[in-house]
Amino acid sequence: MSDIKAALENYAGRFSGAAHPRSRPLSPHLKALEAESIHIMREVAAEFERPVMLYSIGKDSAVMLHLALKAFYPSRPPFPLQHVDTGWKFRDMITYRDTLAKALGLELRVEMNEEGVKRGINPFDSGSNLHTQVMKTEALRNAMNRHRYDAAFGGARRDEEKSRAKERIFSFRDAHHAWDPRNQRPELWRTFNTRIKAGESIRVFPLSNWTELDIWQYILEDDIPIVPLYLAADRPVVERDGTLLMVDDDRFRLHAGETPQIRRIRFRTLGCYPLTGAIESDAASLEDIVLEMLTARTSERSGRLIDHDESGSMEKKKREGYF
Amino acid sequence: MAEGDARSAVLSRLTRAGDKGVLRFITCGSVDDGKSTLIGRLLYDSKLLFEDQIATLQRDSKKHGTTGENTMDFALLLDGLEAEREQGITIDVAYRFFNTEKRKFVVADTPGHEQYTRNMATGASTADLAIILVDARKGVLTQTRRHTYIANMMGIRHAVLAVNKMDVAEYSRSRFHEIVSDYLRVAETLGFDSITPIPISALHGDNIFAPSKAMSWHDGPTLLAHLESVETATEEVASRPFRMPVQWVNRPNLDFRGFSGAVTSGRIAAGDEIVAALSGKTANVARIVTADGDQPEAVAGDAVTIVLDRDIDVSRGDVLADPKARPEVSGQFAAELLWMAEEEMLPGRSYLLKAGGQATPASVTTLKHKLNVNTFEKEPGTSLKLNEIGVCTLAASRAVAFDPYADQRDTGSFILVDRFTNQTVAAGMIEFGLRRASNVHTHAMDVDKSRRSVMKGQKPGVLWFTGLSGAGKSTIANLVERKLAEAGRHTYSLDGDNVRHGLNRDLGFTDADRVENIRRIGEVARLFVDAGLIVTCSFISPFRAERQMVRDMLDDGSFIEVFVDAPLELCIQRDPKGLYKKAQAGEIKNFTGFDSPYETPEAPELHLRTGEMSADEAAEQVIEQLIRQGLIG
Repeated sequence: MSDIKAALENYAGRFSGAAHPRSRPLSPHLKALEAESIHIMREVAAEFERPVMLYSIGKDSAVMLHLALKAFYPSRPPFPLQHVDTGWKFRDMITYRDTLAKALGLELRVEMNEEGVKRGINPFDSGSNLHTQVMKTEALRNAMNRHRYDAAFGGARRDEEKSRAKERIFSFRDAHHAWDPRNQRPELWRTFNTRIKAGESIRVFPLSNWTELDIWQYILEDDIPIVPLYLAADRPVVERDGTLLMVDDDRFRLHAGETPQIRRIRFRTLGCYPLTGAIESDAASLEDIVLEMLTARTSERSGRLIDHDESGSMEKKKREGYF
Repeated sequence: MAEGDARSAVLSRLTRAGDKGVLRFITCGSVDDGKSTLIGRLLYDSKLLFEDQIATLQRDSKKHGTTGENTMDFALLLDGLEAEREQGITIDVAYRFFNTEKRKFVVADTPGHEQYTRNMATGASTADLAIILVDARKGVLTQTRRHTYIANMMGIRHAVLAVNKMDVAEYSRSRFHEIVSDYLRVAETLGFDSITPIPISALHGDNIFAPSKAMSWHDGPTLLAHLESVETATEEVASRPFRMPVQWVNRPNLDFRGFSGAVTSGRIAAGDEIVAALSGKTANVARIVTADGDQPEAVAGDAVTIVLDRDIDVSRGDVLADPKARPEVSGQFAAELLWMAEEEMLPGRSYLLKAGGQATPASVTTLKHKLNVNTFEKEPGTSLKLNEIGVCTLAASRAVAFDPYADQRDTGSFILVDRFTNQTVAAGMIEFGLRRASNVHTHAMDVDKSRRSVMKGQKPGVLWFTGLSGAGKSTIANLVERKLAEAGRHTYSLDGDNVRHGLNRDLGFTDADRVENIRRIGEVARLFVDAGLIVTCSFISPFRAERQMVRDMLDDGSFIEVFVDAPLELCIQRDPKGLYKKAQAGEIKNFTGFDSPYETPEAPELHLRTGEMSADEAAEQVIEQLIRQGLIG
């Protein structure tokens, strides 16, 4: 972990004091995506009173934060980071989160649903649906209400899932944080309708037009540090119903007959460790990951146990106020 | 191949020597022409579908599919919303992505039905190219013409006529040519830079990635080859005059003041002179700042922060521009409007106009003509309904900096937002400014409003009494005016009796006439305020938007909205003019509170419940309000 701490501090140095010229230009299509995202972020900073960045520590959040650091340079992003902590994130994620926020001097707000903790909600006993509903969706709603955010950046991409392909970049939420897919505001050119009434809010998705491959290529070309769990290493896992789960701490409930084995694994997405499947991989560098991406045959969300039930499930969750 | 070679091959493929950036395109056409199938095919052939996505697709195809046994219904990949899958139609724009070694593609799959024209325009507004699909069996349809027109109107420069389902038209060359010549008769009048006809079968993949064996007679490119090679406007936009709308003023400390924005056209280098379009002030570029270091120059598409060599007045909404080729600055202009709301457009009603970072109240002054998008003919009209297009003149409360849309998409476009529902109600493409009008209002007169105000010993303003017929508006207004006169104040009162018979004699009671009625009253009230008077206005004025319009005409604090609130039953019981009786008998149509809605004020300065107090008590409350707001001492 000391490697990643040094990398993050070094990274933060890029945005303080003199700018660091790039050694080679960005690929043209990444440059276009970057400019589009920066434009979106500046619109939010200019038009909303209480914006926030929903920060989930994963690779998409890493890119989103990186773009924000660029968008407002030499100023710092004029909004805090909000993390919704379920209490079950990988330990490496929390270390990365706290080190990065501190190195950059950004305000990090962490929301945990204490009510859910008291009720003993956890991914093992409560099941993934209830756990996600209480510890993630409700916690997010609580954070939105507590801080009265009027705009919240999310790192969702349109290539992730079918219902996201139809969502606007500026996505209106009513006072109950619900999304109405049939009544979305038309979104033309680069002109965004930012008007809302008290209690309503807008989710803003600056990475809408990025694909998973774009994200990795950008991380590679712009040298953005990511949580080490994305890179292959020997880690303790159990295989359960065809999914490789990492035993990240001693709260992991082993079934009868299960013994953690050390395997060379990595993660394509990061969430709650008991709900996130790993893949066996030798990709220990960013170059290796991109190489693996180019030949990958399964989509990234398939590693998430919450999307599985049926293909309309994400739309349902979004209507209820999920990211 | 050795492993190291494979890796360097992949990485060089990734950094793509031939990277031509991003091409954005839309697919459009009639309902069953196979748009979603085509995009599904593009994703499938570019090997971008993963095994689990294909498995889901195969499962969904069995459940909802319409393409028969053993074929994959690619449309199901795209129709992402549950309602769409059930109804088998596409109701909203879906954005999809694929890439080849040459380009990244962003595809907007847009709906075919006429009631979703606004969604199509949404997709088209950022697209470089339109694929217009035609079913080989059906040929050019009304929808084909409409979509072609909208694509062109939204500024798309390249059209592809994809004649689809050639497999069920026997791959007939003559049928293809027949459709192409039909189409060109329509489309050639519109001025696309290129129109490329390609015969395809999206279901079987003919002429999509690979040339079709069944149509060896086709001597043009495959669809993909064309998409990979077509030149986007990027180069051309970079050669136009410099524009950068200011989004955000970057001020980390007292030593740094920069203007952040995206260059929308042209290029700029350190040392170049710029003008801030709204203020007309010039300065030179000292630095072009980015997090990747200062840049010697920036071109269209770049997001940068510009530092100037001297302090000039620039804020969000202003446009930094080439001083030798400035944007127009005017409060009035002609524009093509696409109406996107259920509620129809009413001339005179106040909307919020958003253009880049600029936002100002604006209204449509006249609808010059509507456009029949099916025949491309001009038609007369007085208002625009959902999905209708018209050429209008607009008047904004503040001057706006802009370019004609035909020259500059980003600085030539705007949206209109309803000020109460906050819905985006229209997309506007500016044609030209009405310069003459912009010079009229600037004559400063020696005797002005404040001087007249001082002479009369009062602050002028408008007391706007709104409420149902019979609520007590005129009664209270009369009492208020009497009390003011007794105190030596200067007043005037406007109501239906002195306005409807003269100034507005020509107006009826349709929604459009009601809007115009209030607009004229507002203008007259404003003149009286200018003359130093306290004006009482008693009008049902049922629409929030019109009351807001009058509010916008006046300075802050000069418009006092008094909601005269009585229950409808009480008003019917009072019925001072016998109007409810007539309405009940069907002798009057569109009577407010009866068969026409009354929109209650959301935040009136004063709310009088006249069922619970006497008229005199109500009038006293109004006087107190005037004192509170400082109009009288």
